Amino acid sequence: MIEFFRKLFAPTNSSQTAKERLRLVLMTDHLSLAPDMIEQMKRDFIDVIAKYVEVDRDKIEINFEQQDKALAMLANVPILAVNRNGGGGDGGKKREEPATVEAAAATGSTGSTATPALPRRRRRKKSAPPAVAPSNASPAPAG
Amino acid sequence: MSGRRIVVTSGKGGVGKTTTTANLGATLAKRGHRVILIDADIGLRNLDLVLGLEKRIVFDVVEVAEGRCQLRQALIKDKRFGDLLSILPAAQTRDKDAITEEQFANIVKQAAEIADYVFIDCPAGIEAGFRNAIAGADEAIVVTTPEVSAIRDADRVIGKVAEKNIPIRLIVNRLRPEMVRTGDMLSVEDVCEILSAELIGVVPDDEEVIDTTNRGEPIALDEANKLRVVYEKIARRLEGELVPFTNFDNQGFFGRLLGVLKAG
Ligand SMILES: Nc1ncnc2c1ncn2[C@@H]1O[C@H](COP(=O)(O)OP(=O)(O)OP(=O)(O)O)[C@@H](O)[C@H]1O
Ligand SMILES: [Mg+2]
Repeated sequence: MIEFFRKLFAPTNSSQTAKERLRLVLMTDHLSLAPDMIEQMKRDFIDVIAKYVEVDRDKIEINFEQQDKALAMLANVPILAVNRNGGGGDGGKKREEPATVEAAAATGSTGSTATPALPRRRRRKKSAPPAVAPSNASPAPAG
Repeated sequence: MSGRRIVVTSGKGGVGKTTTTANLGATLAKRGHRVILIDADIGLRNLDLVLGLEKRIVFDVVEVAEGRCQLRQALIKDKRFGDLLSILPAAQTRDKDAITEEQFANIVKQAAEIADYVFIDCPAGIEAGFRNAIAGADEAIVVTTPEVSAIRDADRVIGKVAEKNIPIRLIVNRLRPEMVRTGDMLSVEDVCEILSAELIGVVPDDEEVIDTTNRGEPIALDEANKLRVVYEKIARRLEGELVPFTNFDNQGFFGRLLGVLKAG
């Protein structure tokens, strides 16, 4: 039903595509313009993981990737040891074959995982997620 | 009391900085303000031409910077506006680095002492010319068109200007309402949302702009021109008046209905 209406009234809608693409490319731009913030975020992220399992800090890889409709943070974190009692940080001494935790956090409406703190070099009135159009949207300004 | 110093910038070239500077400046002069327009596009002088003042140039901004003449000597007064409007031309045969940020800021400051509004027509890009142009400004107008590349560049420029902690307002230029209605062009609302910027004006895409530019006649002088009111509205908003935005660009009722349906 909704699809029907959408097709009927907005046959091409390249503006919607433009909006989506811009949202993603601007996030990527902002990330690349805030290298210090990214480094800090990576350090914080690793510290959190290291609270629970022993990780191989030198082999951790964290990257950002533009996926279909979201920008994703992909982390590859080799785990050296798991503390039998749980928690306790890097202290777990029981060596095992390195396992790997893959963490992925994506922005946008698709991911159920946590949204990473994206760099906002300035105040934003609205947060980014696209599909959630505010139902109380103010009338379009023009003049 | 010192006048306002407003840089008109965009990142991407050809989106309408010079057209905006010329017509907004002319409109404010018509409304009785003293206006000075500074062409910061050194090497690519254009503002004089758009305003039809190209034959009267004697000195340019670089010569003022180098102390070869006084600012007052280099200003070209526009008689059509009872001398309320004047321009400081760019140098045509020099490079962007013929002038420093300090020199530029100093000229802007001097101009603000004898004008209510000083507009700086910024060159495209984010290099030396851009840095000069924003150096002396205490407000910024970012011009963009509703196209992906212009918006991306506007975002970059907004980031750069924001570092200076000066207010930034947006003009969406060359809007084509009928394309917005069919969903083939980003709406003004979309552009503002993407850029998280405050809107100060919307200028439709109109052949009249090219026509008036061809003649070197600012739109403000043409009573019959339908775009005159567009620039007047922007001028009034700059003056501080709360002028409502006409809703001539939106997807209309069905567009909004769709938005609601999508939101669930
Ligand atoms: N609203 C409009 N409707 C139609 N044409 C327009 C409009 N605004 C600008 N133009 C045209 O677009 C062209 C570029 O405009 P303009 O020179 O003002 O851009 P600019 O941003 O100053 O360019 P540059 O980056 O080269 O300095 C000109 O031919 C101008 O007439
Ligand atoms: Mg120009």
